[in-house]
Amino acid sequence: MSDTTPPGVRLQVVRGQGDGPSHTQVFELPPGSAASLLDGLCWLREHVDPTLAFRYACINANACKECMVRVDGETVYACVVRLTPGTTLSVEPLPNKPRLRDLVTEIAPSKEQWRPDDAC
Amino acid sequence: MPNDVTTDVACIDTDVLVIGAGGAGMCAAIAAGRAGARVVLADRSLIGRGGATIMAQMTVAAALGEQGEDDWRFHYADTLAAGRGLCSEPLARVLCEDGVAAIRDLDAWGAGWARDGEHLAQVQAPGHDRPRCVYVDFLDTGPAVARTLRTQVARTPGVQRMGDLVITDLLREGGQVVGALALHLATGRPLVIGAGATIVATGGLTRLYRRNSASANMGGDGYALALKAGAELIDMEFVQFFPIGHLAPRLVGFDPIMWDPFRYKLGGRLLNGLGEPFVERYGHASDVKGYTVTRDAATYAILKEVEAGRGSPAGGAWLSFTHVPAETLQAAFGPIIAKLAAAGIDLTRDRIEVSPIAHYHMGGIRVDTDMATRVPGLYAAGEAVGGANGANRLSGNAITEAVAFGLRAGARAAAHAASVPRVPPPRLCALAASGLAELQSSERPVQPVAAQIARLQDIMQQGVGPFRTDAGLRQALTELATLRAEVGETLAGTPAPHDAVRAGALDLRAMLQVAECVTQAALARTESRGAHQREDYPGLDDAHWRINQVATWADGVWSFTHAAVPRLPAPVTEPQGAL
Repeated sequence: MSDTTPPGVRLQVVRGQGDGPSHTQVFELPPGSAASLLDGLCWLREHVDPTLAFRYACINANACKECMVRVDGETVYACVVRLTPGTTLSVEPLPNKPRLRDLVTEIAPSKEQWRPDDAC
Repeated sequence: MPNDVTTDVACIDTDVLVIGAGGAGMCAAIAAGRAGARVVLADRSLIGRGGATIMAQMTVAAALGEQGEDDWRFHYADTLAAGRGLCSEPLARVLCEDGVAAIRDLDAWGAGWARDGEHLAQVQAPGHDRPRCVYVDFLDTGPAVARTLRTQVARTPGVQRMGDLVITDLLREGGQVVGALALHLATGRPLVIGAGATIVATGGLTRLYRRNSASANMGGDGYALALKAGAELIDMEFVQFFPIGHLAPRLVGFDPIMWDPFRYKLGGRLLNGLGEPFVERYGHASDVKGYTVTRDAATYAILKEVEAGRGSPAGGAWLSFTHVPAETLQAAFGPIIAKLAAAGIDLTRDRIEVSPIAHYHMGGIRVDTDMATRVPGLYAAGEAVGGANGANRLSGNAITEAVAFGLRAGARAAAHAASVPRVPPPRLCALAASGLAELQSSERPVQPVAAQIARLQDIMQQGVGPFRTDAGLRQALTELATLRAEVGETLAGTPAPHDAVRAGALDLRAMLQVAECVTQAALARTESRGAHQREDYPGLDDAHWRINQVATWADGVWSFTHAAVPRLPAPVTEPQGAL
């Protein structure tokens, strides 16, 4: 029995749809499963819950700027948040943007969106 | 018969629909808008932020002649040499010739290419006969190009930008593409788009591989759209694996291709697990004097060393800059050196591990020099186009391809759209009926789509990677068939906003089809050429295989034929002064 196994990381993720009610879901990331928060969210979607919604494009390069989330009250890019074994992070959608689902908010300027009311 | 799914469906009309808002798509939108067309520029993610363009680390090749004499015909010769006999000469010419003006356009639009005094700085990348590649410091080429194009798109009248829009089907009437069906992720609602011309600019397919340098939206779904609309794909077996993709230690917030420009500017050393240089053992010039090994050769060398038991701890090779003085490192890459230090890496002391990573796709949608497919109304641009780079892409050609092909496709599509009648909305909705029914369904709300995608990626990494065998490819086909049967026909997910299962299910469907195509093509090509390497057929066989494999698909049946590589009517003669 090894006592040198590093602990995992716990994520407390606020989930919900649109203006609807929110609930916090607690996820455990096994040791070594993820180096960044974005890695962790992708791991969870692959291994635990395929419905977990979050934005990203460039995977890990910090180039696309799509993965903005709120971690422990601070707005950050999920791809550069380094996960420290044995810690717990609270992860929420951006507070100042309309929530679409879970961690996905409407971050595009209005001129880059289709709005159904515009239809012919 | 279920309720009419076409009532209350939003429908919009435009002249040119551009699918994909990376470098090629944004350029297509700019050109079409400037030609007077109404344009809808759609992207499954955020406009100008997804895809490969924004991730470009450094080099953009164009025969600008800023650092010495140059001419597009020298660039063209280098492109053809790298392509190992399979470059479409007409498309390679468009890339190299139009590329000069395209890169100057970007300069005029404020891209911020690095300057060396009065001249644009140009570096010599592998395979080029002279310095030819511009870039934006520091490792900022991609974001700078993306930013510049986003600004130009915003200034182009008539272009409507729509993010969070996944195109799920192309609509056809009378053998022409007349528009598309889309899923609007933000609302979960379907949208029918009528268009006189449609341009697929969805990039490549490197997301099919577990180890890839791509963004999340590079699963080749544009290829699936084109196939189903009756277009042809070519050279699908040619996937470029970048040899020195970052492997270890795990870096957070860095691009896995980041070491490429370090090698251009500084000439790093590739060493095996024993700390020995090894590349020249495989019949190529030593890389001691700078970065001279072309990509396919380096990939081979690294994987063969690993196979021989001489790999680095994580299964790759060591890349070392410890011989480079600290001041030189700082001057070349200032802010990046600091970022690396923050991540615990000191290049004067530490080596890092690298190994091949899927990076670019030479194959793609077959088009003529108007960027038109064989289906009227359907065009393609950028990495989604097959043929310009042959069996292996010359370093620095990708952004040039995106911009040159995008501008051309936009202009041609605008002209076509002006000449065709519109299909009325009720008819468009009728054409979209089966797709609409699927998008409105929720028969299987939750399925493990992310895990299934990961499985597809593992199958491709294992069996259709840089080095292929008959047995490995057949195994991959079997496993893909098993996966396909498990996924089933019914589209998973629900019509709710940003339903990750629905978006994943759509991706998975397209990725399965494209993966099958790549694997079939790789199995058929019994030779080794450029990026396609067969361990069981290690030689190049011009007698049988100096051809393009053309793939089509209809009602579940694949068809592969051979086509002569397109040549220009007269050879391109180099101007006086070839090196």
